[in-house]
Amino acid sequence: MAQSVIKVVDVKKSFGAVKALKGVSLEIAPGEIHCLAGENGCGKSTLIKIISGVHAPDSGHIEFGDKIYTKISPIEAIMNGVQVIYQDFSIFPNLTVMENIVFNSELKDRRKLVNWKRFRRIAEQAVDRIGFKVDLNARVGDLPVADKQLVAICRALMFNAKLIIMDEPTTALTKKEVNALFKIIMSLKEQGIAILFVSHKLNEVFEISERFTILRNGEKIITGNTSELDDKKFTYYMTGREFEDLRFKPKNVSDEPLLEVENLGLTGYFHDVSFSLKRGEILGITGLLGSGRTELALSLFGISPADQGKIRIKGQEVVIDSVASAMKHNIGYVPEDRLSEGLFLPQSIADNIVISELENISSKSGVIDKKKRRSEIEKWVKELGVATNNPNNACNTLSGGNQQKVVLAKWLSRNLDILILNGPTVGVDIGAKHDIHAILQNLAHEGLGIIIISDDLPEILQNSSKIIIMKNGTVVAELNPEEIVENQLSEYMMGGNE
Amino acid sequence: MMGKKMKGLLSKHEFYISLVIVLLCIMIEIRSGQFFTPNNLVDLSSALIVPGLFAIGAFMVIVSGGIDVSFPALASLSVYATTRILTDINYKGGILLPIVMVLVFGALLGAFNGFFIAKLKLPTMIITLGTSSVFKGIMQGVLNSTQIPNIPEGMKNFGTAALFVAKNEQLGLTSRMPVAVLVLIVAIGLAFFVLRYTMFGRAIYAIGGNETSAYRAGFNVGRTKFILYVIVGAVSSLAGLIRTCMMGQMHPTNMLGMEMMIIAGVVLGGVAITGGDGTLTGCMLGTILIVMVQNSLILLGVPTYWQEFFLGALIIVGTGISAMQVLRNRKRLVSKKLGEESS
Amino acid sequence: MNENKMSIRRKLNDFYGRDVYTSRLIIMLLVVLISMLILKPAKFFSFINFQTMVAQFPEFGLMSLGIMLCMITGGIDLSVVGVANLVSISSGIILKALVAADGSLPWYGILVSMICGIVIGLVAGVLNGILVAKFSIPPILATLGSYELFLGIGIILTKGKAISKLPMEYSSVIAGKLFGIIPVQLIIFVIMAGIISFLLSRTTYGTRIYMLGTNMKAAEFSGLDTTGLLIKTYALSGICSALGGLVMLANYNSARADYGAVYTLQCILIVVLGGVNPNGGKGRISGVVFSILVLQMLSSGLNMFPQISNFYKSLIWGCVLLIAMTLNYFSENRNRNN
Repeated sequence: MAQSVIKVVDVKKSFGAVKALKGVSLEIAPGEIHCLAGENGCGKSTLIKIISGVHAPDSGHIEFGDKIYTKISPIEAIMNGVQVIYQDFSIFPNLTVMENIVFNSELKDRRKLVNWKRFRRIAEQAVDRIGFKVDLNARVGDLPVADKQLVAICRALMFNAKLIIMDEPTTALTKKEVNALFKIIMSLKEQGIAILFVSHKLNEVFEISERFTILRNGEKIITGNTSELDDKKFTYYMTGREFEDLRFKPKNVSDEPLLEVENLGLTGYFHDVSFSLKRGEILGITGLLGSGRTELALSLFGISPADQGKIRIKGQEVVIDSVASAMKHNIGYVPEDRLSEGLFLPQSIADNIVISELENISSKSGVIDKKKRRSEIEKWVKELGVATNNPNNACNTLSGGNQQKVVLAKWLSRNLDILILNGPTVGVDIGAKHDIHAILQNLAHEGLGIIIISDDLPEILQNSSKIIIMKNGTVVAELNPEEIVENQLSEYMMGGNE
Repeated sequence: MMGKKMKGLLSKHEFYISLVIVLLCIMIEIRSGQFFTPNNLVDLSSALIVPGLFAIGAFMVIVSGGIDVSFPALASLSVYATTRILTDINYKGGILLPIVMVLVFGALLGAFNGFFIAKLKLPTMIITLGTSSVFKGIMQGVLNSTQIPNIPEGMKNFGTAALFVAKNEQLGLTSRMPVAVLVLIVAIGLAFFVLRYTMFGRAIYAIGGNETSAYRAGFNVGRTKFILYVIVGAVSSLAGLIRTCMMGQMHPTNMLGMEMMIIAGVVLGGVAITGGDGTLTGCMLGTILIVMVQNSLILLGVPTYWQEFFLGALIIVGTGISAMQVLRNRKRLVSKKLGEESS
Repeated sequence: MNENKMSIRRKLNDFYGRDVYTSRLIIMLLVVLISMLILKPAKFFSFINFQTMVAQFPEFGLMSLGIMLCMITGGIDLSVVGVANLVSISSGIILKALVAADGSLPWYGILVSMICGIVIGLVAGVLNGILVAKFSIPPILATLGSYELFLGIGIILTKGKAISKLPMEYSSVIAGKLFGIIPVQLIIFVIMAGIISFLLSRTTYGTRIYMLGTNMKAAEFSGLDTTGLLIKTYALSGICSALGGLVMLANYNSARADYGAVYTLQCILIVVLGGVNPNGGKGRISGVVFSILVLQMLSSGLNMFPQISNFYKSLIWGCVLLIAMTLNYFSENRNRNN
């Protein structure tokens, strides 16, 4: 191997009693695309922060060529060609593309004055380098997510970057945008720039990277060539456990449909969507970002009410024009973004569980029955296996998977008929993901009608009894998961688009 | 009903507020016939000097994502201290020393604000409420402030010095354009330059847009904020000095309470209270509107005690419109984005 | 021992906000009481003095309760003083209008003027709530604007002058003493504080506004009627301010549009010192009540030193606020590092 861009040797780091990294080594060659994977809390982000100089390691060192550092400052990291593209891209939404790209390098040069002509020149060069077509005067806040990311990439390239670290870069991108991003990554590779690609999506790891490193509990489990990796091994390395895929087999399907949707539409978002859902079924809805899948869910939950078509529940035609009316018909919704839409993080687990069923545990005048409240909380903590010894603790003390269980508890406590989940396992560890899938399948067996919206195709295939695919705001196919495989699904989703 | 053009007009704040100002001018002119008289225009400009200077400071703070309610108390304290010292030593010189003194006092008091806000990263509104109380307490308690009827000659002369005199032949009224208006003009020019052509100015916008990003990009966030509050302290104190000079005497308390009006003007000018967005032009237009409402109600034949009511209504309507604007823009953006992706 | 430590620590984590703030307020209270014991024992620790103190704090105490509620929802109500003055002016006008030809006030006069005052406060609060919830105006601006508006209406109603020569009956009842001992103002405050405390700790409304103040979006996605909750909260704040205004009317036996201008700052100071998080979602009424008491004692204590001018209070309050915020900063930082 040619001389490496970076060599991390036996780095250890503790935060108080928590050993975040227990001696991790990593070596990346120029032009290498290296994938770093691991569950939440495995030490990925600590490792990135040590490489980029945010944290100092307790022991071990970092080598850049001949230079050896036992500790590195952010500026030294940049000088050695390390650039991090954070998940939130670290942009200024209120400023222009030009300024967003140029600021870092201007600051590095310790410039005090602004020369707009120079700004433009530098920014033009930067966007040209990856062939990014954008109006330099546009406000970054007005750009689509994918373009924001490209702005962040352009900015990273300003510094003679030798290693670009991308922290879960594909989370908010559509498939098409991911492909475009991968093309850019390949062109960077040709320019000799190494990429450390943080991801836990297996298909991406296969598609883009040559080598991979997996961390678990602060230890490096394995570094190897991606070609030698497969699905089972990947899961095993990540979790240290083997999981059996539990394919959903509907058992207690009702005769009468629970929810019927006929030619439902919301102008500008989706149109002519029809399907029906029976008790005991799990309906999987998938489609690309922007296909209207999320808006459909929001309409069914009354947040952005539909303006065309009919909704029937238990045979009765109903109007769902607000969250309250959706809740009146016993519909629950687990939102896409758990942290900002699903939970009240600093509040107690207990209050997070009971918030949507307060009227059931209080008198008519609104006085809460403390006994009922306590028994409800105990019941749901136990039933869903929320890992906590005290439900009065704040919700942000829980892991992602347990937080998702709290969101589920919030809705299940309401005696639902229909539960809609948007991205039920986004950002959840593999172990917790299996737990959640098992819970959902059980709920269906107990007579709930469930709708899962997800772009995690294996999840959809494994957990649905029926799948509908949305594209350009409408349903393009209704499929039986027994009869298809993943590739066919994506063909339907992309079909005719490229 | 509303054409595209109208919508475009409404989305541009400066345009919109200019329209309101023009309408108000015309209304006053029709009612009184006295608006476009030279002396009224000069009176308005001279009334604009102090609020204009305050507004520049308040504007920069709001753009950086903060809110400062302490500047009138801060200015009162530094101007009172300056005037007291100078009267006590029987100062006979020109305006230069008083200016230097208020700038120094103002910068020091601004640094006091800056310490809590920049170094300890505490919420600006609560902190400036606290420092405002401290400044008032020092002035009224420790310094035992009283009205100073005879301010030093040099200050008085500066306050009354006129660039030119405008006459209203019809009513036989004359108005002097104070030299101090030059201070406002220079300050606006400097602020424009700093905000547009220095990295410090861009840092203020960047911090207001996203503080974490600003830190990661390499802006020295703490230092920028600290310097910002020092500057605001100095500019506000200068405004206070001009006011005292123009009045020819020092009332320690008569600037207190102006903060709300100034902030209202800045926000009316389309400056986002959440930081990061807004132009100096908008800020000045908003301030002009407020000053006009305050000064011109008499010309409209409205009793002065209606003033507060109109100000309140203006703030509510102005902020209401811009809040609705933000909501609409966000919605439009979402649908635009969806349109692009599904096409 | 170790176990003991653990449980204390857990408690600290659970009730972090309340414990830190309350203990700090207790220390402040002790400092005030001990220094008064040394300096002015006879004058301070007299029945009369305590009676005066508990009659004085309700006017700004009531307004503080309103601000507290709004802050829990993540907002703020800067219009409390404006509402209070508007209410006291209009109730004053109504009182004067009800006076019979022989100069006496009919028996229902006090009741009618108070009910009118409370209704005006309610309407003002609902207006604030609509501006915040329906028009999404940032609460600072909305209530700042409505403050000017209420102040303006007050000035228009009075033409900028004070309303005085009120029938004596009103003042003698509201500023009077029940059984000759308990000031009526205190009773009003205690009733209102009791109601709010009950609402916050025992009812669905209380839980909901804490949650709404924590995360507005999640509140919508959890099916909470956020608009309604916000309007209710600002309306409640309006009622608190109205009661504050009615007490002011009795205390001064006159009304004016610009009375009590310093109360805005003072109330925010009280609420923040009492441990209410300005970003919403956190804060308890016990802390706020404690903080009201501490400030009243501090203020009454200072009044006993004629050589200290009234203006020092402003300095002291400002310093207390700054010190409290700085302490919060250090204790929160330590907490984070742990």
